[in-house]
Amino acid sequence: MDKFLWLIPALPLGGFLILAFAGKYISRKAVAIVGAGSICLSALVMFAVGGAFLSGMPENAVYTQTLWTWFEVGDFNAKITLSLDALSLVFVFAITFIGALIHIYSTAFMEADRDYARFFASMNLFVFSMLVLVLADNLLLMYLGWEGVGLCSYLLIGFWYEQPANGAAARKAFTVTRIGDAAMAIGLFMVFQQAGTLVVSEIGANASAIWQPNSTSVTITALLLLAGGLGKSAQLPLQTWLPDAMAGPSPVSALIHAATMVTAGVYLVARMHTIFALSETARLVVAVIGAATLLLAGLTALTQYDIKRVLAYSTISQIGYMFLALGVGAWTAAVFHFMIHAFFKALLFLAAGAIIESLHHEHNMFKMGGLKDKMPVVFWTFLAGAISLAAVPLVSAGFYSKDQILWYSWSAGGGNAVLWAVALAGALITAAYTTRMMILTFWGESHTPIGHLPGRRMTMPLVVLALFSVFAGFIELPHNFGHFTLFSDLLHPVLPETFMKENIPSEWLFQLLAALATLGGIFLGYYYYYQKPSRIENLRRNGLVVQLHRFWFSGWAFDALYDRMLVKPFIYISSINKKDITDKLYTGIAAITGDMYKLLSRTQSGSLRWYIMGLVAGAILILGIQIML
Amino acid sequence: MKPSVSIEVVVLLAGLLFALGIVGVIIRKNIIFMLLSVEIMLNASGLAFVAAGSRWGQPDGQVMFVFILAMAAAEVSIGLALILQIYHQHKSLDIDNLKEMNG
Repeated sequence: MDKFLWLIPALPLGGFLILAFAGKYISRKAVAIVGAGSICLSALVMFAVGGAFLSGMPENAVYTQTLWTWFEVGDFNAKITLSLDALSLVFVFAITFIGALIHIYSTAFMEADRDYARFFASMNLFVFSMLVLVLADNLLLMYLGWEGVGLCSYLLIGFWYEQPANGAAARKAFTVTRIGDAAMAIGLFMVFQQAGTLVVSEIGANASAIWQPNSTSVTITALLLLAGGLGKSAQLPLQTWLPDAMAGPSPVSALIHAATMVTAGVYLVARMHTIFALSETARLVVAVIGAATLLLAGLTALTQYDIKRVLAYSTISQIGYMFLALGVGAWTAAVFHFMIHAFFKALLFLAAGAIIESLHHEHNMFKMGGLKDKMPVVFWTFLAGAISLAAVPLVSAGFYSKDQILWYSWSAGGGNAVLWAVALAGALITAAYTTRMMILTFWGESHTPIGHLPGRRMTMPLVVLALFSVFAGFIELPHNFGHFTLFSDLLHPVLPETFMKENIPSEWLFQLLAALATLGGIFLGYYYYYQKPSRIENLRRNGLVVQLHRFWFSGWAFDALYDRMLVKPFIYISSINKKDITDKLYTGIAAITGDMYKLLSRTQSGSLRWYIMGLVAGAILILGIQIML
Repeated sequence: MKPSVSIEVVVLLAGLLFALGIVGVIIRKNIIFMLLSVEIMLNASGLAFVAAGSRWGQPDGQVMFVFILAMAAAEVSIGLALILQIYHQHKSLDIDNLKEMNG
């Protein structure tokens, strides 16, 4: 089956090409069939190839397919080679399967939009780029996909470009991620300089021979690669772009800014785990950034009004969990949480999109309310996603993935009590803001009259994703009960086993505390927003609380900080140099040429005798010089 | 037969004639006289060729003079034709009146 591997990215590319060049001339129905069909076919090929991969595990646990040589420079040759191993299979599965569901949803969601074909063209290009990113066998090809998804993210955030704010959000996302990408490019140069190759498997096999453990060079390389991941995955300190990226249509938020692209950083760190394994400092940085981000974004999510911004901050927070897991060395736990998160976050965004659409583009949760009975399908599916996000014990997939991370953040090699405490606090906050969001949206009084209900093409993906959000967790059960480790066994040929500390307390205790944190968070949300809403009013009178709310609401004032630290000085410097000092030299040369032209043009008087005089003078001059010399 | 005049004298004469021609072209305003001056310059160079040919005992100098003669004839005919045209259009033979052409 491995010779069909190329079809997985080729189908979305084909869809993009058809829609980009012929999208204007074909009917809307044809656009929908091409746009969603290409991804669905790609998902089917993925199931076939993935099934063959799983049933007959190839020798070195990887399918590779070299398509052609991209270019050769000296010793370096970059090949277009796809390689499918367990890690990329998980990502390809999430991208094509969830992508297909989101495309089907979009055919209905974007129905009334003027630029139907442009939307699907960009979405298909995104899926293609993301597949190139995860299937690439060398870092250069991966970087191509990496930049491709950045471009598509930019195009789709600014999809409704008539509103200047959307364009600004798109530019912000592009610029902020560019900072990370630039660092990552430098990281790639360092890898090539030190390892002499960019092929991932070669780097992985020789990493310990190339780098001394904990040497400065390996730490710097790892940190530069990490910076790329931080930009793409919206982690501290490059997280500011993701909340604004919600300006794009909801399916875009679901696919790009929740399920797939923003987890590219997780993929990169997991893919380059051999480099990170060699540097303790880099791993600590990954874990600390993850922990700080999950706490900070969680608290911000607690204060937001806009339902999509809650989900955006919650995405940042959940990716923080993944980075925390990567940092403590729980590689498979991070990838597991990625997959579960992709299911429930895509679901939540799609359901939120359906709600927003039905309520005439109302984003404010305080103006929703009472949708429980009016939109039953959306309610139940949203509830499935929400319990997964809040990690309700035993019944939700999110519990199994997040509980694993909480457990490893204490007990794995790189874990410690502080990281665990932060993660636990994060779990409480997650449950609290999820409950707040549920209650505000679905309970209470209705504030906005409801328009049309979502059709079957929109609810079907919701139901499928809801099933996965609830049941997908059972493929990996904790060690103390069930001990069913299908998922991590699958990944172990690629990712190393988690190294555990000695003398750790019983896992039961951690699960109990995690469950208590979740239930406590749910209770807090229930108490303040359902049982005693008057308490919120009381809190609002407290000056300190109001200040804190304002601070958290602004995302810990990062936007203002960057504005003052970077944007304003940059604008100031560019305003001083408005006249462009370096340009003066060149305009000066041009001015001198112009003056000389004016001077010499006077000699063209039309007087023949003057011309002859000039001729004679010139001849005499040259003859004179010749005689003199 | 030995040359009775030394080469230096002849070249000097040619140079003098050439200078005369140039001065004529520059200071004269009448186109016909300018054409005459050009003829003088041509003949000056012809004289220099003949003298040089006789000095080295080579026929090339005389061959060149025949060329110059032929070219001068052609030049004069074209020149005169142009002068006729100029006179028809401008009713004058003053070169300064042609400044307006700015060529």
